[in-house]
Amino acid sequence: MTPLLSVHDITKHYGAHIGCADVSFDLYPGEVMGIVGESGSGKSTLLNCMAGHVTPDAGEVVFDTRADGPKDTVTMSEPERRMLSRTDWAFVHQHARDGLRMGVSAGGNVGERLMAVGERHYGDIRAKATDWLGRVEIDAARVDDRPTTFSGGMQQRLQIARNLVTGPRLVFMDEPTGGLDVSVQARLLDLLRGLVRDMGLSAIIVTHDLAVVRLLADRLMVMKSGRVVETGLTDQVLDDPQHAYSQLLVSSVLQV
Amino acid sequence: MNAYNFAYLDEQTKRMIRRAILKGLAIPGYQVPFASREMPMPYGWGTGGVQVSAAVLTPEDTFKVIDQGADDTTNAVSIRTFFERTAGVETTTATADASVIQTRHRIPEEPLAEGQILVYQVPIPEPLRFLEPRESETRKMHSLEEYGLMHVKLYEDISRHGHIATSYAYPVKVEGRYVMDPSPIPKFDNPKLGDMAAIQLFGAGREQRIYALPPYTQVISLDFEDHPFEASKADHCCGLCGTTNSYLDEVIIDDAGGRMFVCSDTDYCEARQAAGHKGKDAA
Repeated sequence: MTPLLSVHDITKHYGAHIGCADVSFDLYPGEVMGIVGESGSGKSTLLNCMAGHVTPDAGEVVFDTRADGPKDTVTMSEPERRMLSRTDWAFVHQHARDGLRMGVSAGGNVGERLMAVGERHYGDIRAKATDWLGRVEIDAARVDDRPTTFSGGMQQRLQIARNLVTGPRLVFMDEPTGGLDVSVQARLLDLLRGLVRDMGLSAIIVTHDLAVVRLLADRLMVMKSGRVVETGLTDQVLDDPQHAYSQLLVSSVLQV
Repeated sequence: MNAYNFAYLDEQTKRMIRRAILKGLAIPGYQVPFASREMPMPYGWGTGGVQVSAAVLTPEDTFKVIDQGADDTTNAVSIRTFFERTAGVETTTATADASVIQTRHRIPEEPLAEGQILVYQVPIPEPLRFLEPRESETRKMHSLEEYGLMHVKLYEDISRHGHIATSYAYPVKVEGRYVMDPSPIPKFDNPKLGDMAAIQLFGAGREQRIYALPPYTQVISLDFEDHPFEASKADHCCGLCGTTNSYLDEVIIDDAGGRMFVCSDTDYCEARQAAGHKGKDAA
């Protein structure tokens, strides 16, 4: 089986500082990978390198494209990479405001990716947008409301709908539940789990919340100071952490 | 008058603008940056159009200026006088007699011919500006032909108003490549942009951009399959000349809600009246 995403020795320096160094892993179709670590451990840098927002200093990110098979996204042309990022990739930002157009209605937000790949039938676009609002549990009557009138949890769900409408195969998530209260977090996680299962999505989730990876991720990578210190199945890493830092991380979680 | 170089601008500046114009003509719809000069009039009054006109005028030209279709409004009169004094060119109000026509917000009703040049004054040349505020990003979108966002604007129109409510500065696609802002002309004029025999030049002074449409260029107004583009106008006929197929201005004539519709193109209307056509409000 070809991995959907294959990362080799990704390194990114910010001047003398290490963003992330020598990170390698394979992600197979349908798999959800969690990346955890403290603030400044290089999780977001790694995610941005993989999603093409930041150019890594070294290494390759090989994605199994629909048309040409495995291709290095770091060296591919910019139009190709941007095409990928609006079709086969999705990126869920921590702050919904970064991923939404706040001046455009919910329907327009969801429809943007469809129009970007060439849909030109208003009725179809609107029907798909309404369908997706339903799937992320937003009332269809709010299709013409702007996201500024939505609550934080709804904005985050709208961002997810906007990203998934073109049926991507790989979703990058940067702290998708950050800044939401726990009950809203729980519903969002439930929704994400359902969508990931139903659509057979592969996902890479960056978070510092171990509960999120426990629920969503199949595999886990623990990062510290820009390097991967431990990898393994989620339950294995969380229940029997080997590296000193992983042990610290797991033991830091409050048991209520 | 010798105090100024011909047509106000110095020859080096005109050369620089002509270079931008030629580049614009070579890449229809592409916004060419140029070093816009301070002109003796405020931004928003047509500084871009004036610079383009100055660069293309020759002493043999006949010059016409229209503002919202009219030859006799402040903007039109002052720009016409400006070139009368600084270039000494002949001026006219008759569309057919003019070789260079500078326009604000309209295309003349009378079809233009080969050899004529139509110069538009453009306030904001970037059609994506109000959707994407970053210039670096809009340039990238143009270069990579990522125009999905333009349809988001039209989508928003339909979802809010039930139809595409954008009625002026209606975005067009040029030769299947660049999306272009046709300047704030009413969408009634959009069909005239394509396949026009005259050269069309667009100048934005404050934004420092020039773009162009060579003669007989394909220009298509953006739309949806189920909401096709429609060139709309007020559903009346001209009160003075009686025509049914020109773009109309609505004029309030008293305090009791009285109104009349008249051609916005004054030259077209006057020519028809001189030929004996009469509308219902004509004296």
